[in-house]
Amino acid sequence: MAKTLAEKVWDDHLVRSASGEPDLLYIDLHLIHEVTSPQAFDGLRLANRAVRRPDLTIATEDHNVPTLNIDKPIADPVSRLQVDTLRKNCQEFGIRLHSLGDVEQGIVHVVGPQLGLTQPGMTIVCGDSHTSTHGAFGALAFGIGTSEVEHVLATQTLPLSRPKTMAINVEGSLKPGVTSKDIILAIIAKIGTGGGQGYILEYRGSAIRALSMEARMTICNMSIEAGARAGLIAPDETTFAYLKDRPHAPKGEDWQRALAYWSGLKSDSDAKFDKEITLDADQLSPFVTWGTNPGQGIALDGVIPSPQDFTDPEEVSAAERALVYMDLKAGTPMKKIKIDTVFLGSCTNGRIEDLRAAAEIIKGKKVASDIRMMVVPGSARVRLQAEAEGLDKLFLEAGAEWRSAGCSMCLGMNPDQLAPGERSASTSNRNFEGRQGKGGRTHLVSPLVAAATAIRGTLSSPADL
Amino acid sequence: MEKFISHTGSALPLKRSNVDTDQIIPAVYLKRVTRSGFEDGLFAAWRSDPEFVLNKAEYSKASILVAGADFGTGSSREHAVWALQNYGFKVVISSRFADIFRGNSLKAGLLTVILGQSDVEDLWSAIEEEPSLQIKVDLDTRLVSYKNQAISFDLDDYTRWRLMEGLDDIGLTLRKIDEVENFEEKRAKYKPKTLPVLS
Ligand code: SF4
Repeated sequence: MAKTLAEKVWDDHLVRSASGEPDLLYIDLHLIHEVTSPQAFDGLRLANRAVRRPDLTIATEDHNVPTLNIDKPIADPVSRLQVDTLRKNCQEFGIRLHSLGDVEQGIVHVVGPQLGLTQPGMTIVCGDSHTSTHGAFGALAFGIGTSEVEHVLATQTLPLSRPKTMAINVEGSLKPGVTSKDIILAIIAKIGTGGGQGYILEYRGSAIRALSMEARMTICNMSIEAGARAGLIAPDETTFAYLKDRPHAPKGEDWQRALAYWSGLKSDSDAKFDKEITLDADQLSPFVTWGTNPGQGIALDGVIPSPQDFTDPEEVSAAERALVYMDLKAGTPMKKIKIDTVFLGSCTNGRIEDLRAAAEIIKGKKVASDIRMMVVPGSARVRLQAEAEGLDKLFLEAGAEWRSAGCSMCLGMNPDQLAPGERSASTSNRNFEGRQGKGGRTHLVSPLVAAATAIRGTLSSPADL
Repeated sequence: MEKFISHTGSALPLKRSNVDTDQIIPAVYLKRVTRSGFEDGLFAAWRSDPEFVLNKAEYSKASILVAGADFGTGSSREHAVWALQNYGFKVVISSRFADIFRGNSLKAGLLTVILGQSDVEDLWSAIEEEPSLQIKVDLDTRLVSYKNQAISFDLDDYTRWRLMEGLDDIGLTLRKIDEVENFEEKRAKYKPKTLPVLS
């Protein structure tokens, strides 16, 4: 029977499938961080259970670690306790951990691919919804809750019911200045924050195939913002080239064997998706959000919509509330919106290509005098690489802050937060009320728009410079 | 896990859609390493508003939350489920839940019930008319009932059985661990290992 890519990966991991109960799926890689794991380890201890496969588990500190003075003890005692708890748990259960200060430390979804641990056809889970990032490699990757973290630690499996599949075809080619971030923001605006619910999304089409691995990760990362638990892209030469010679990539004969398997990982031409949508890449332009959920987005050239533009009563009231929270008026051109803070980072856009793209624009220019720009590499390796290329200097000379790796202002769990009423242009993935700090207002943007906005002080694209 | 067979209590109308987990419990409250004590973070940003429904005296005894569509979107934090449970909620009713939140809730024993949007709106009016209205949510019959209304809801047999028996998933999987072992034997050898650093 013809199968979609998601169905192939699913079927290859079935430990058990019986009617009347969920499928039991084997998990190839389990990623762990400090926030969603302590209660899971506690559960294991209480039940006297071991971690079944520490050799398929890896941990990093990312969500609440500081991005300044990382050589000093963490100042916030509650954050410190959480990080210390992770360290103790990893030691007790024999799990590899990359602590603050370690060269492999960083945001969990940046670290996995970088080490070559993320490979096509794997099942990957993490107690973090943006695990969908790893789908860029043709892996089935999704976020789980803490009870499930405990389940995977104890059994290396998860009981799950099979999702439906949706094909998202993006055909054509992107205009200069338009990035994969704009593609995904446009997709979410089109299908809505609930549009992907119950589905695994497969991004396909010529525009997707033309993207680099990092750009593909940006797209898969935000699948969750469309309501989907996972999103994936069939592996191809771009994927294999990215993986070759990474520390954990297969070597020698294993590489050949892996390659043979990976090459078959695509949806059969006659496979049926439960739903299919199409997007024309040529029509896309830089995209930004105006509201308080990632589906409330619009072209940067556009104006803030009026609640009356929507037909669904839920959307009307959501738009009304969003405009009040964001302190914005319908009809205002997006480009007139004045920004206070620019955040370049996160597992969506904190990789080396993102920093390069933004640095290219910032180069030789100055961040507007009333703007604070924070550049937070996604991992310590990304930071080192950027420094080796001199990107840190370009940012610093422009007047931006150059920080150490972590989630930082993406969720404001550490001191990197917006003040109440402050407005950010952020390359992260969520613009929820208070996400970046209580009362903070977030506009989601691509790294290119972030850089141009930092220079001009209002939402801008590089073409406006 | 405690068995869930039936629950009767009063309800709180949360008339908002797209309530994401950052609203249910903001990130700054996630630093605890236990499963309890999260009630102080529940809807923290909204609670500073005295008009927010959770602050209203007439709903102080509520144990059923009746929310707008797309409840629990966003972050996978199970703390959102714990915050609701720690606060005293046993059931959440909505016309649509985000997948991860729903999975988390049913694993942790917080019953999430999906009703049609018009049923949700009827419930809102009934509760607002009579805040102490007793609502019964019954897993055995899969019915939400109040006054002379009885609305049926869907829940797959497996999850229903697990909740009614109070069984934890891990225990159930461990009973089948030989199947996991069989699978592991056939797993491709080139798949990556994380090489644990034991100290
Ligand atoms: S960078 Fe943001 S979205 Fe990504 S893992 Fe960290 S907190 Fe989550």
